[in-house]
Amino acid sequence: MPSQRRRPSRRAAKDAPRHVSGRTARAGAKAKSAPPRPGGAAKTRLYDATAVRKLAREVARWEASTLAPVTAKTPLRQPAFATDSGVAIPPVLTAADRRSEVQEQLGLPGEFPFTRGVQPTMYRGRLWTMRMFAGFGSPEDTNRRFKYLMAHGTTGLSTAFDMPALMGYDADHPMSRGEVGKEGVAVSSLRDFEVLFDGIPLDKVTTSMTINASAIAALCMYVAVGEQQGIPMAQLGGTIQNDMLKEYIAQKEWIVPPRPAVRIVVDMIEYCSQHMPRWHAVSISGYHIREAGATAVQELAFTLADGIGYVEECVKRGLAVDDFAPRLSFFWDVHNDFFEEVAKFRAARRIWARVMRERFGARDPRSLQLRTHAQTAGVSLTAQQPYNNVVRTALQALAAVLGGTQSLHTNSLDETYALPTEDAVTLALRTQQIIAHESGVDRVVDPLGGSYYVEYLTDEMERRAVDYIRRIDEMGGIIRAVEEGYPQKEIGESAYRFQREVEEGERLIVGVNVFQSEQQASVEILKIGDQVAESQIARLRQVKAERDARAVKRTLAKVEAAARGTENLMPPVLEAVKAYATLGEISDVFRKVWGQYREGGAF
Amino acid sequence: MADHPLRILVAKPGLDGHDRGAKIIARALRDAGMEVIYTGLHQTPEMIASAAVQEDVDAVGLSIMSGAHMTLFPAVIDLLREKGAGDIGVFGGGIIPDDDIPRLKKLGVAEIFTPGSSTQDIVQWIRGHIQARP
Repeated sequence: MPSQRRRPSRRAAKDAPRHVSGRTARAGAKAKSAPPRPGGAAKTRLYDATAVRKLAREVARWEASTLAPVTAKTPLRQPAFATDSGVAIPPVLTAADRRSEVQEQLGLPGEFPFTRGVQPTMYRGRLWTMRMFAGFGSPEDTNRRFKYLMAHGTTGLSTAFDMPALMGYDADHPMSRGEVGKEGVAVSSLRDFEVLFDGIPLDKVTTSMTINASAIAALCMYVAVGEQQGIPMAQLGGTIQNDMLKEYIAQKEWIVPPRPAVRIVVDMIEYCSQHMPRWHAVSISGYHIREAGATAVQELAFTLADGIGYVEECVKRGLAVDDFAPRLSFFWDVHNDFFEEVAKFRAARRIWARVMRERFGARDPRSLQLRTHAQTAGVSLTAQQPYNNVVRTALQALAAVLGGTQSLHTNSLDETYALPTEDAVTLALRTQQIIAHESGVDRVVDPLGGSYYVEYLTDEMERRAVDYIRRIDEMGGIIRAVEEGYPQKEIGESAYRFQREVEEGERLIVGVNVFQSEQQASVEILKIGDQVAESQIARLRQVKAERDARAVKRTLAKVEAAARGTENLMPPVLEAVKAYATLGEISDVFRKVWGQYREGGAF
Repeated sequence: MADHPLRILVAKPGLDGHDRGAKIIARALRDAGMEVIYTGLHQTPEMIASAAVQEDVDAVGLSIMSGAHMTLFPAVIDLLREKGAGDIGVFGGGIIPDDDIPRLKKLGVAEIFTPGSSTQDIVQWIRGHIQARP
């Protein structure tokens, strides 16, 4: 078991003697095996062996003569230190700890294994995309917010859908009671999409849509709006989240069981690889896994395992890996432990590049590049002293940028209460703009590359994630592991441990269990009224009254036939949405064919 | 105090899938010696009220993050009353704006725990406010 402890205490204490004994911390399995292997290409060592030996003796001397007397007099603040994932942290790292570092581990920017970034220029060429997630109320409300964000410098749209849409229910379904437009924008039919993107030329923006179980209906509606604007689907650029495996692991918005759900994902990947070259058909997401309580290592491991699962299914379908892999994209959470988060981004790129090349035989460099969106950690925000959230978000955003993200969403300070107000969103966007234009961190590629500590953490994150991935492979792959509830259980354990550490004061959260204030800061709250549900239901009724009922029936029958067979579902679903069949009706077909998924009440 | 441990139904009304909090609370209550039943996700008020009656619980803890609390919490309370189980205490937590808390209490929700509440506060509150039903 890789250690998953979030905080020092036991695990770290066990590891600690390695560091105080004068032996340097080992950089992990990969680095250990770095010296030239029989039959392998010679590796380029970065540190001279003689110099490093001399340095190691120096470090031992320093520990005995400089460090030890100080710690004898003034004990450290805690017996041992560790990252939030439980990686032991030595007092200081030097080149001696990196004695087996080889250049092949790092590569150069834009080159295998992409540890230092997927592009050779990174932010010197183009800043990351500032993509603020937005969606609430009616399509009209969200359309206004999109236009507001575009006017304030956001460079890509990102759509949040309401819970009924995510679960495949129309606004008028009994399950939608109280939920319409509350946690995202309400959409039931193509008519809603027409309003949502009204006045936004779809060939001039890239759009991200956070929707999974009903993603196929949403993507088809977007394609249909594009056609109405005269823009062929080949020109549409953007991303649909469409990562069902992480739904069963963490986010838990589903319609049908995992295997048919993954089949729909593969249909979409296949279709997009042939018809929508600018579209990312899946965004393999660690965000929700982390928010559900996973550690950084677990987020890294389960997300990459999900990615491996999709690639395996696509290969089984007969797709050539280089035909679809260049369009796979990722989505990370960025939590509080600054350096561990930076290391996570770097380790992710290295693992993915190797997996794609060695396991799947990918050859196109773009297939090996892990491109990612990132979002600051919603779960790290506190209701107490909400203005502190601005600072947390800024630090997390900086970590994402130093980790080399391609796009970023920054959370707003008021999100523990409700969806963000316009002012709060603006401040969150300004946070990114200040990092981009004032901090200077954009001026060099991978500024933390070569930091002994960051490289050590990158190796450790990689080693622990690879261990998890191996265990999942041994279980028969990620789909099997998900069906058996393995990642779910691991995450539940981490979440519970985290909460106990907070309550026992082992882990400090400013304003929550330390530095509390009596007086409460009040923040303005965005309220979504119930009139949204009424107007959405009214529009839905009108759509149903005006559409050609026979065309709806005929196209839904085609969707059903495709679902029962092996034909790709995209063409019939596209035809159905153009006939104004609703998202709920299409999802009902899936429920009819494959049954509705339910999770038990284990905890 | 009754001679049996308190029985609590932890329930997730509505469509949101954020179950980290509900599961943590369920475990913490169990660790505190209570008998806990967790409904699983995406439950309608009808499903929750029926489960509460069938399982003969002393209280229901509702967890919601989707913003539908003003609709779904009162619906659970109304249904419990209809089933003659209005003495089952109902408390809740999640992403619930401060303004809504007095309104929910007026509608019969005994207590609301917002983000940052400790599980021990919740355990203490239950011990102080929930009676074992006869």
